[in-house]
Amino acid sequence: MADHENGDARAARSASRPRDDGGPGPVLEVEELSVELLRPGAAAQLVVEQVSFTLHEGETLALIGESGSGKSLTAMAVLGLLPENVRAHGSVRYRGTDLLTLSDDALRARRGKHLATVFQDSLSALNPTLTVGFQIAEVLRVHRGLSRRAARAAAVDLLGRVRIPDPARRYGDHPHQFSGGMRQRAMIAMAVALGPDVLIADEPTTALDVTVQAQIMELLEELCAEHRSALLLITHDLGLAAGTADRVALMYAGRIVEQAPAVRLYERPAHPYTRGLLNAVPSLDAPVGGLVPVPGTPPAPGAFPDGCVFHPRCPSARDRCATQRPALEPGADGRTAACHYPLDPQEAPRA
Amino acid sequence: MTEPTGATRGGGGTAPASDDPPSDTSPADASAVPFAERSAWQLLRRSTVFVVSGGAIAVLLVMAVRPALFAGWFGHGDPRSCNLDHSAQGPAPGHPFGFDTQGCDLYANVVHGAGASMGIGLLATGCSLALALLLGCLSGMAGRVVDSVIARLTDVFLGFPFLLGAIVVLSSVTTRDIPTVAGVLALFGWPPMTRVVRASVRSAREADHVVMARSMGAGTGWVVRRHILPHILTPVIVLASITVGSVVVAEAGLTFLGVGMQAPAISWGLQLATAQNSFEAHPHLLLFPGLFLSLTVFALIAFGDSVRDALNPRTR
Repeated sequence: MADHENGDARAARSASRPRDDGGPGPVLEVEELSVELLRPGAAAQLVVEQVSFTLHEGETLALIGESGSGKSLTAMAVLGLLPENVRAHGSVRYRGTDLLTLSDDALRARRGKHLATVFQDSLSALNPTLTVGFQIAEVLRVHRGLSRRAARAAAVDLLGRVRIPDPARRYGDHPHQFSGGMRQRAMIAMAVALGPDVLIADEPTTALDVTVQAQIMELLEELCAEHRSALLLITHDLGLAAGTADRVALMYAGRIVEQAPAVRLYERPAHPYTRGLLNAVPSLDAPVGGLVPVPGTPPAPGAFPDGCVFHPRCPSARDRCATQRPALEPGADGRTAACHYPLDPQEAPRA
Repeated sequence: MTEPTGATRGGGGTAPASDDPPSDTSPADASAVPFAERSAWQLLRRSTVFVVSGGAIAVLLVMAVRPALFAGWFGHGDPRSCNLDHSAQGPAPGHPFGFDTQGCDLYANVVHGAGASMGIGLLATGCSLALALLLGCLSGMAGRVVDSVIARLTDVFLGFPFLLGAIVVLSSVTTRDIPTVAGVLALFGWPPMTRVVRASVRSAREADHVVMARSMGAGTGWVVRRHILPHILTPVIVLASITVGSVVVAEAGLTFLGVGMQAPAISWGLQLATAQNSFEAHPHLLLFPGLFLSLTVFALIAFGDSVRDALNPRTR
């Protein structure tokens, strides 16, 4: 990326910051986070590029993207849990401390306590050989140094708070004896055990059916509100994000292409990709067969196109889009979009 | 998604009714034995190979610890009470296996020989297993430098021909008793085990529940103890039981070659070594220790195989 564009991006962010600062100070500031895949004997492959976002206390930010858009890697980079062959650059500041420069021990002390995670696949994320209760108690024993007995009591209490019936008896069950929804609840119990400031939920409801999904999201929102936790919701489900998020950041090919308050993003998308996605979501009022898919396929990591990453699939692409990468420009009403020819927010393509 | 047996129907509804516990498993036995182990154990109990080989190993272990319990069955339990008049005679009343070249009761000697074989087998396997777990976990969990140093070290030891290396080391030590022979066998036994442990740790490390534990702030030590070691138990148990078998063979082989256990000691290898001079004339000298040796090794390997079959979901 050229230097002047970097400058533009920075200016864009600082311009948008005062508007973000409506509530209390930010708990998590991610700035120009890039993640690259190290390959032996080859150049590193950039999979997440210059991602920046801010999370305030009690706020919910949805990070939306297709598979391979880099949303999960972004989350793992925030937690410092990237695999060995992956490197992160940039800065991830938790209440002013850059997590990327912290030692392993210092970072470990924060994980679970200040930053906690809910994973997608609760069956494989829970250790099949240990009881659910033990695994929740484990968190308390590691961080608070509680005794076995005290941790057990606290874990039973937590299971009750995520509305698992008869928690004292369910404490001794193994993950396979729980249903999918209950496992997800147990994982949420584990994540909120220490009242974290930032909760990262990586596709928390993807493996569940719709009714359970709603209950899980409700529970997540409720617990986050209780602890004033900021929620970073990673999902590919636009509908889910619409119902939960205060702000939405849309990722495409490793970059954030549009970031806006949820209501505005859904009402008037500025980026053609956002509009394409919204047009591809089925809705009850739309006529049957009215879905318009986004043409083409998302680029594979390492084969991101020059210029605007979306231009090969963009209906409004022009010559400039193929050569020049658009910076995230602040637009009206607190949104930023990385597009040379943003859609006019006034013309409302879809209600 | 797939619902494993015992999971409730419907998912985790807020209404308690939809989260009714499964009625087929009572909480008491559910918390006693984890699901995977329980079904593996049930499978093992029904496996003839496991029961027979496990029983044989149990008998051999008792024989190794308390040879007197077995040796006296036919009235001549002392392996050291010898009478040269009977040198190398065949089976006789009270002496079912006959006599060795020194005129000692062969049955009592064979029974007492189990101690050396099983002792060395378990000691050598135990030592190499301890070393392999230590180095394998270190190599699997630590950074690239430590990992490559350990991996290259393993390669170097794997490069030695096992038998040749053991012969060289053993012929340079003066006393060759159970601990020294076991030590030398462990010296050459750890590298393949370390490789298996390292590979298992590596794959376990990427498992979702390990990442989950780390995301909750668990340290490396905790993760290894609680999440990784239980995960790699299966390959380790299997490999260990098979290793005991091959160590028993190696001990007998080295002793046969004259660099293992030494004469006053009683071991199957020594008995085979003395038998080699006259086995055409007195085949029973070779037959009985050889039979026990083969059965021991067979039982150990069959045991390992049946455990692997029961614990490996793909061969169920």
